[in-house]
Formats: sequence, C-alpha cells, structure tokens
Amino acid sequence: MLDVAQIRKDFPMLNGKTMQGHPLVYLDNGATTLKPQVVIDSVCDYLTNYSGNAHRGDYDLSHEVDEHYEKSREIVQKFIHAKRKEEIVFTSGTTDSLNMIAYGYGLTHLQQGDEILITVAEHASNTLPWFDVARQCGAVVNYIELDETGRLTLENVQKATTDQTKIIAVAEVTNVLGYHAPMKDICEWAHSRGIIVVADGAQSVPHQVTDVQETDVDFLAFSGHKMCGPTGIGVMYGKYELLKDMKPTRLGGGSNSRYNSCGVVTLKKPPYRFEAGTPHIEGAIGLASAMGYLMNIGMDNIYQYEEELRQYCIEKMQKLDNVDIYNPDSQGAVAFNIKGVFSQDAASLFNSYGIAIRAGQHCAKILDEFLKVSTTLRASFYFYNTKEEIDAFVEVCKKGDDFLDAFFK
Amino acid sequence: MRSLNDPQLLREIIMDHYEHPRNRGLVDDDSYLKVNMNSETCIDDLDIQVKFNGDKIEDVRYDGEACAICTSSTSIMSELVKGKTKAEAQKIIDNYMNMIYERDYDPEILEEAIAFQNTHKQANRIKCATLGWNGLIELMKESEE
Repeated sequence: MLDVAQIRKDFPMLNGKTMQGHPLVYLDNGATTLKPQVVIDSVCDYLTNYSGNAHRGDYDLSHEVDEHYEKSREIVQKFIHAKRKEEIVFTSGTTDSLNMIAYGYGLTHLQQGDEILITVAEHASNTLPWFDVARQCGAVVNYIELDETGRLTLENVQKATTDQTKIIAVAEVTNVLGYHAPMKDICEWAHSRGIIVVADGAQSVPHQVTDVQETDVDFLAFSGHKMCGPTGIGVMYGKYELLKDMKPTRLGGGSNSRYNSCGVVTLKKPPYRFEAGTPHIEGAIGLASAMGYLMNIGMDNIYQYEEELRQYCIEKMQKLDNVDIYNPDSQGAVAFNIKGVFSQDAASLFNSYGIAIRAGQHCAKILDEFLKVSTTLRASFYFYNTKEEIDAFVEVCKKGDDFLDAFFK
Repeated sequence: MRSLNDPQLLREIIMDHYEHPRNRGLVDDDSYLKVNMNSETCIDDLDIQVKFNGDKIEDVRYDGEACAICTSSTSIMSELVKGKTKAEAQKIIDNYMNMIYERDYDPEILEEAIAFQNTHKQANRIKCATLGWNGLIELMKESEE
C-alpha cells in the first residue's frame, strides 16, 4: 500500500500552497497534475548543468545531452512496454500525437468511403482531427454506441464495424466518464479485420500499467503533464512498421538525412523523422524522471489506491441528496452536478474553500447528447490525494445551495 | 435601511435576477442588432439583442444558457440601460467595468449592479460578470458604423 503522507512530501505544491486562504485541495488531475521535486530538479539540472542541443554538436556537451535525451526515450519504452525504443516519438502532448496520427497516417491511408469509428465520449483532440481528415479524403466518421452507463463495449464495437471501417480511435479511459475501454479485445477484433486501432491514453497511462504489447494497440497518444511531468511534452507510440509507413506532418532540421536542390529528400528513420526541429529536451528528461518516480511507487499500487479513494468518495457522495453522480461505477474522474446549481457557479464555491475542480464540458462537447445535461463538475484524483481531502470536498458538496457564498466571503 | 454593502442583500439581488431574469427572451425583429456572446473558457453562451432608436437604447433582450453570475449581471444590465441614451449607457458601462477591475467608480449610478462588486475575489468569474455587458458594448459600436 502507498505511504501517502510520505509521498506528499515530494510535492512542493502540497506543502504550503494555498487558494482563497485554504490549503490547496487539488482535484483536477484530469486536467494536469502536480510535480514532485525530483522532476523539477531533473529539468533544472538540464537547464543549469548541460543545456546543449541534441543530435547536433561534435563536442562532449552535446553528446551528454544526446545520452540523456535517448535515455529518456528508453525509459518511456520501458514504462509502456514497447518492443523497441524507435517506436517512441516525442511530441508536445496527446493533442499533437493524435494530430500526427490522423494526418500522418489517416490522411495518407484512408480513401473515399472509408470509415473511422469514434465515440461521443472522445475528447476534442480525438474528434476534430478525424472530422477534418475525413472531410479531406472523403472518408466518414461514425460513432460506436456507448452502453446505457456510458461504457464502450466490445459488442458495440463489433456492431458498429462495417467492411469500410479502417480506423478505430478511442480513449482507453474517457476524460469525463472515466470508463475503461476493453482495449485488448478491441484490438484483437479490429486486427482480424485489418483495422488500425488508435488509443487516446491521456487519462489511462498516468493511472495504470500500460503494456502496448499486451493490448497490441497500433498507436497510443499521451501527455507528460498529466503524469507528474512537465507541460509541452508527450508521446506518440506507434508500431514500427506503421511508423515507417507514415508521413511526418512537420519537416525540417533533424528529420532528414539528406536533400538536394531538386527537392529530393531522404527522411531519417523513425522516430527521428517525426521530430523535426530542436526537441523539447528538458521536457523529455522531466517526463522520464516522472516515469521513474511513478514506477518506483508502482503503477499497480497507484491504480489500487486511486480505486479505493474513488470508492470512498462515491460512497460519501451517494449519501447526499443534493448531488447527481453520472458515473458511480467507473474508475476515472467523478462526473457530477449539485442539483439546481449551474456547474460554473458550483466550481466557484469549491474554489472559495481552496478546492480545485473543473466545471463545464471538459473538451467533450458532444457527450451532452449522451448525458442529457450540458455541463458537469468533474473531480479527478491522483495518488497524492487523501481521504481527508475528499472529506473536505464532500463537505462543500453539502453547501451547494449557498453557491453565492463564494461571491460574498 | 439595509446597507448596500450587506452581503445578504447583494446575494438576494443576484438570486432574484437569476431566478427571474428581466427582459429575457429574444424577439424576431430585424430592427434589433444581435450578437452571440460565447465564452471561450466556459459554458456561458448568450445571444444579446439591442434596439437602438437614434441615440436611444429602446430595448435590450438576451437568451441562452449561462450561470447565475452571467445571467443576473446581464439581467441587471438590461434594466439599467433600457431607455437611456448611448452616452448615459456608456457612463454606466464605464463605472461597471471600473468596479469589476477594482478602479474608482460611482456606486450610485450602478444601482443593483453593485451586487458584483466582489467579482475580483473570484477572478475566474470576471468573464461571467462581463459577458452580457461586453455584448452591449459590441452592439453600441456596431450601431455607430
């Protein structure tokens, strides 16, 4: 089991940061996460002690940077259990990764009449690129139905699949409802029909063991900052054979091996062909440091503890009669509303007690068609949250009717 | 008499306009100028309609989906500027914005709108408390074009 008190000492933001005069209770981990000192130190170490460029210079400093940068790639490989490190492409985050997949693979492989399957629970970043790619190449985006609780099931994937289906792009854990997709079963089904599976891992990779060889997913996208790493760094994982067959969406320095004035360009091999320009070196180093930190705690332990925390929270919330919970039995974020209170107004009330939760549509702007409510509150946990923090959160839930208090304190 | 600084009174003003918004509901009339005000960071999404008659603001309407702060501040705004000249409305707007952004302002001229005097303490709500007002500003500009 986790020693949460000990863990909390690692996070400067959990030791002294206040909001509205209260110690910060940070329950917006679906948006971004706090950083442990070891990650901060690793970024500062690069900026302070060896800040040169990667893959460029013929001197010791640059070589030192190369070693750290490539070592970071190996740590990511280990974290997601990829077969080889060349399958790890550093990007600016999940959005960047999904765009690269949609335009670099989707647009170059889809044809008129082909079909991309997503769900209404997808984040905008796993929806809008596909809309645009479909429009450009004459493909169509269709939806896999969610079951009555909001889950994605293999059965519904099978029902939605047609002979035209070429890509299935779904979140491994959705960002509002927090349900797990049966990724391994989906991949097995899809691959038997020659369909490529793209997993949005933004809300799954930070919270559980990720094994891309076990699930056999073709592409996986995730962000560093949602797992204790810096912002501006993320990963696109792709099977090597697919990456070889994929077009970079950005070209420039570092991605080519040679070119001439006639415009003949020879690209480098993956992953370098996808990393044009100076990479986010301190980001990659910080992400690797975050992954090391998480692996030390153990992703299984993190998963178990968060499940326990969520269960505790749901049980307490279910005792309140002024709260609607939309996903009591999922594993991720808790989506809820306080009866009769507009979500934005409620979020201000939480803010006035130092509690950070999110209100709105959470970048899933077609999910309302399923939920039948236009906006929700979302509380999302991470392994450094405590039952005491949940107690404080539930106390404020009870005060929902006084939501204007926030305005007059 | 209760003081204008009485939080309970200010709260009642906001709740009253939230639960019973004045001038709410759009009209199908081409003589109104119309703008959609749609917060980029939250859900607030109001259509604002203003009918100008020469220099006068003859009517203000709005409808859409918005939180308590946005709805009530727009409702109060509609009552304050209806029937006023543009210059008078501009003065009210200037004072309101001064209050919101913690500059000197004249509380008398703002009447019930002083209920939003603490908005700066919840800085993320400034956009809610100004969405309708900014719609009015846009339409006043448009009416000059």
